[in-house]
Amino acid sequence: MNIFQQLPLIVVILPLLAAPLCVLLGRGSAAHAVAVVVTGINVLAALALLEQVSATGTVRYFFGGWPPPWGIEYRIDLLGGYVLLLVTGVTAMVVSAAGRSVAKEIPASRSCYFYSLVMLATAGFCGIIVAGDAFNLFVFLEISSLASYALISMGQDRRALRAAFQYLIIGSIGATFILIGIGFLFMMTGTLNMQDLADKLPAVAQSRAVRTGFAFLTLGIGLKLAIFPLHMWLPNAYCYAPSVVSALLSATATKVSVYVLLRFSIGVFGIDFSLRQLPLDQLLLVLGCSGVLFASWMAVFENNVKRMLAYSSVAQLGYMVLALGLASAAGITATILHLFNHGLMKAALFLAVAGVVYRIGGNELQDFSGLGRAMPWTMAAFLVAACSLIGVPLTVGFVSKWYLLSSALEQGQWLVVVVIVVGSLLALIYMWKVLEVIYFRKPETEQGHIHEAPLSMLLPLWVLVLANIYFGIDTQLTVGVAEQAAQSLLGGRP
Amino acid sequence: MSETLGHFNYWLVVVLMMTGMYVVIAHHNLIKKLIGLSIFQTSVFIFYISMGKVDNGSVPILVEGVELYSNPLPHVLILTAIVVGVATSAVGLALVVRIREAYGSTEEDELNDQDIKQHREERGGCRK
Repeated sequence: MNIFQQLPLIVVILPLLAAPLCVLLGRGSAAHAVAVVVTGINVLAALALLEQVSATGTVRYFFGGWPPPWGIEYRIDLLGGYVLLLVTGVTAMVVSAAGRSVAKEIPASRSCYFYSLVMLATAGFCGIIVAGDAFNLFVFLEISSLASYALISMGQDRRALRAAFQYLIIGSIGATFILIGIGFLFMMTGTLNMQDLADKLPAVAQSRAVRTGFAFLTLGIGLKLAIFPLHMWLPNAYCYAPSVVSALLSATATKVSVYVLLRFSIGVFGIDFSLRQLPLDQLLLVLGCSGVLFASWMAVFENNVKRMLAYSSVAQLGYMVLALGLASAAGITATILHLFNHGLMKAALFLAVAGVVYRIGGNELQDFSGLGRAMPWTMAAFLVAACSLIGVPLTVGFVSKWYLLSSALEQGQWLVVVVIVVGSLLALIYMWKVLEVIYFRKPETEQGHIHEAPLSMLLPLWVLVLANIYFGIDTQLTVGVAEQAAQSLLGGRP
Repeated sequence: MSETLGHFNYWLVVVLMMTGMYVVIAHHNLIKKLIGLSIFQTSVFIFYISMGKVDNGSVPILVEGVELYSNPLPHVLILTAIVVGVATSAVGLALVVRIREAYGSTEEDELNDQDIKQHREERGGCRK
């Protein structure tokens, strides 16, 4: 048995097995070690898979040797391999940085459960990406969501419980909508395999059932994705969750949902059906643009840094959605690219905030005053990631913005261009608000006791920051893969 | 006539789904919200099971002399979905228990009041 053939299975089953192991070990430090090892192996597996996919094309894994559509299939194409690399990479960095922060924010008796939940969420996210079967996708979505609700509820503030409850209600409604949508598709085609669905749907596409199914699916994914105006659960959830959980979810949960949206709306239904015959393109454009403007505006007036970053996440998701709404190869490339890049910058920003929360204990704006002196390395990381978010050249944010703008210009959508520029300016304003406090305001209290964030947090943080710079200069991997993935999506294959 | 009676199951699904949705949105008690969510999810189970039925089809158990069977796949899928639904309710109820421990209430209005109060105190505390 060749281990390389089992890779699609390994990325899912390893964290799934590690989850009960973490609980059985019972000690936080042991569970943390298991989580670090497992996420590390997952990164290697994702790298090997991406290599395999770019060398030999789509990787398919048949369960029990049963070929689809009878058997269940795991399927990794270029887009899947690319998102898998982002998700496993960020998870590995966040988990390795988590040790000290978790020990401080979560009672020792519960920290083994924390790592167990992180493992479950990872298994869910990886499962969504590799699943070639629509129903499997739903189940993995629920595994990851249930783990996320529990993770958010572990926040120190009691409002974390309410945020988790709100997310649970909205998330479950979203998941049930997705289930209804899959039901309609199954009713019309008799298959659940996504590639088989893509083959069989065009014949029945002009029926009310398929359109209804499409509407339910899109709305359900929209709820999970926090598309404006379905984003109400997100700011509170990210704000009150434990610091490392915010970093983890901001880079994985919503990004995976964008991936699911791409996969269904373009891979399964086909771009002609979803974006050209049905007015999803206009819908996405309008919602994306208003999301960018509204959420950025909210972020400008926010005094809690974590909530500000959460609103900024909603705005960045708006960019991805509006680029998809352009319904062109360049637009989809921009979506895929920004998905990856935003994962990198938001994880870095939230990790830097986690470092501040670890040392200072708060994440309000005034908690950051004068930290440029006291925590130079953490704050430098925040500065670079903030530049990336704004879109300063030599960072990944610039690459994203460049492709976003050029795809909008290509279509002659001047209004969209204006929205992107205004969104970036608003990002400059709200990030400047934080940076000004960090570097130019005098500390409110004596800072003698405040030190740099612990090395175990700084190292993963700087890996992410350097990735922000590296992929901003050498765009061969990200842009190349995004372009090819967009092409293969438009080729009609899920 | 056939539109109404022939799709009886589906009408039931719509009624249940809307009932559940309404309860989730309109009620301010967290437990009632969860009950509404459960009803909402249950309607989808009925939807799946109804669509597995084949006209004149028999129960999908191999018996001699029977040629036409109903489709068993939706039933199997729904077994999984029921488990997911139970897990969701369990996590939700666990959260409600902890919310009650932390706030002393499960009514959304009271929780909102307490949150607003806490928010004001924090802002006030900062300005000192």
